[in-house]
Amino acid sequence: MLVVELISGRTLDQGATVEEKLSEEYSKAVNYIELSEEDFKSLGLKEGDRVKISTEFGSVVVFAKKGEIPKGLAFIPMGPYANAVIDPATDGTGMPQFKGVMAKIEKTEEKVKTVRELLEAI
Amino acid sequence: MEDVICTFCGSVCDDGEFDAEKKKVKKFCRLGSAKFSEKERIKAPMVDGKEVSYETAIEKAAEILVNAKKPLLYGWASTANEAIRLGVILAEKLRGVYDQCASVCHAPGTLAVIEEGLPGATLGSVKNRADVVVFWGSNPAEAHPRHGMRYSISAKGLLIKDRKQRKVVVVDVRPTKTAKMADLFIQVKPGYDYAVISALRAILSGNADVVPSDVGGVAKEKLLQLAEMMKNAKYGAIFYGLGVTQSRGRDRNVENAIKLIQLLNRTTRWVIWPMRGHYNVVGAGEVPAWEVGYQYAIDFSRGYPRFSPAEFSAVEVLKRKDCDAALIVASDPAAHFPAAAVKHLKQIPVIQIDPFPNMTTLLAKVVIPSAVYGIEAEGTAYRMDGIPLRVKKILETSYWTDEKILEEILKRVEKLKG
Repeated sequence: MLVVELISGRTLDQGATVEEKLSEEYSKAVNYIELSEEDFKSLGLKEGDRVKISTEFGSVVVFAKKGEIPKGLAFIPMGPYANAVIDPATDGTGMPQFKGVMAKIEKTEEKVKTVRELLEAI
Repeated sequence: MEDVICTFCGSVCDDGEFDAEKKKVKKFCRLGSAKFSEKERIKAPMVDGKEVSYETAIEKAAEILVNAKKPLLYGWASTANEAIRLGVILAEKLRGVYDQCASVCHAPGTLAVIEEGLPGATLGSVKNRADVVVFWGSNPAEAHPRHGMRYSISAKGLLIKDRKQRKVVVVDVRPTKTAKMADLFIQVKPGYDYAVISALRAILSGNADVVPSDVGGVAKEKLLQLAEMMKNAKYGAIFYGLGVTQSRGRDRNVENAIKLIQLLNRTTRWVIWPMRGHYNVVGAGEVPAWEVGYQYAIDFSRGYPRFSPAEFSAVEVLKRKDCDAALIVASDPAAHFPAAAVKHLKQIPVIQIDPFPNMTTLLAKVVIPSAVYGIEAEGTAYRMDGIPLRVKKILETSYWTDEKILEEILKRVEKLKG
């Protein structure tokens, strides 16, 4: 288990598939987390492995990837997987905290849900 | 057809070439090409999953909206100003809440602008004049792929002729694709933008001695280097992104950045501008601003407009279960809102108007498919810098436009309300 600071954001793949939300391509574009090489190794992961992200606000299973990102930070593309775990508090601004949420990351054998299953689970 | 206008991101590129036979667009980036490619559509209007006529779906939609005590009317960033105008009128007639996608995107910047104003410029001005461009918490290489080439990185301007004459700085929490194109990359610890901006303000106002050796993970030497670059610019531009508005500090980060620009403008010329996401998210704010005085989070339940993001932004309204129906136009809150807000959306009757099936379609009671502006319909959109552009119709369609659908809903609502 590892604790990281989670940020969400846009990617080219997410943008290119955003008008095809129910497609497999969209799901692939947003259902992963990028960890630093060091954090990736410390969890004993290999490409294609799944991890469970848990925060105070929920949990979600996604695929793990190595990314060019500082140790202790993790990136997840914006979308329904990210939104299962980000902080919905808006501090009076209307804007949830999509970036900067502490998250526990652990290797899991649980399956990655489809976007339909994610919606059903809410 | 030439000079086709892209209706994907806020850059609203206006130089595309569309091959009607192959149904492909040239010159646009990967996002623009995806926008113009054929994809799955909502086939027909639906009520409870059953295909119906436009008229039946509109009748049902009007009925739901009229019977609601306080409907939420949300979305609007990927449609034309003509449709948005009708959405604002509809929200007022229904005594509902109007909110738009900026609410979960750049709206904190709007709060900062209310406090400080916005020393801005058009993208053309940046292209022609800016010798220093700073991308702060923004990553155009992935979100606005042609912004750099057309306006801000390798753009060939009148006075700043090429990349060699322009310095590019990226401030971010990770080495993004845009950071790789920069002359200077400043890596900030997440949530420390406010502190880093304050340190730059201290240095530029002659108080470098009070700045500690490290601010938000950035060495003082690097801050001094950036401050020097900013001070020596003839014309500088900060383009900020969601890295600033969606992290700790939100509106206060933008407010502090505007104060930094004000300080720089005592000795040189600087501008600051948000990297707006959807092609007409500016219109989703400007249209209600010229209709009723506010950009987002507007409540009409008392018969006059009230603005309060803490109460009337879509996420807050949904979390508080303070709406009993929703009209979602050109947006997908079921995918883009936090789960705590989506929960209530699943409990209330939802009407969706959109060209494409998405997660909101899965929970909507009434689904009304629409034409795609810029491809199947013409209309007006504001580019990210507020320049209005007339987007074109390049293909015929049998889908109704958002404008026509909303016009019909409005007529039915007026009739039902008597």
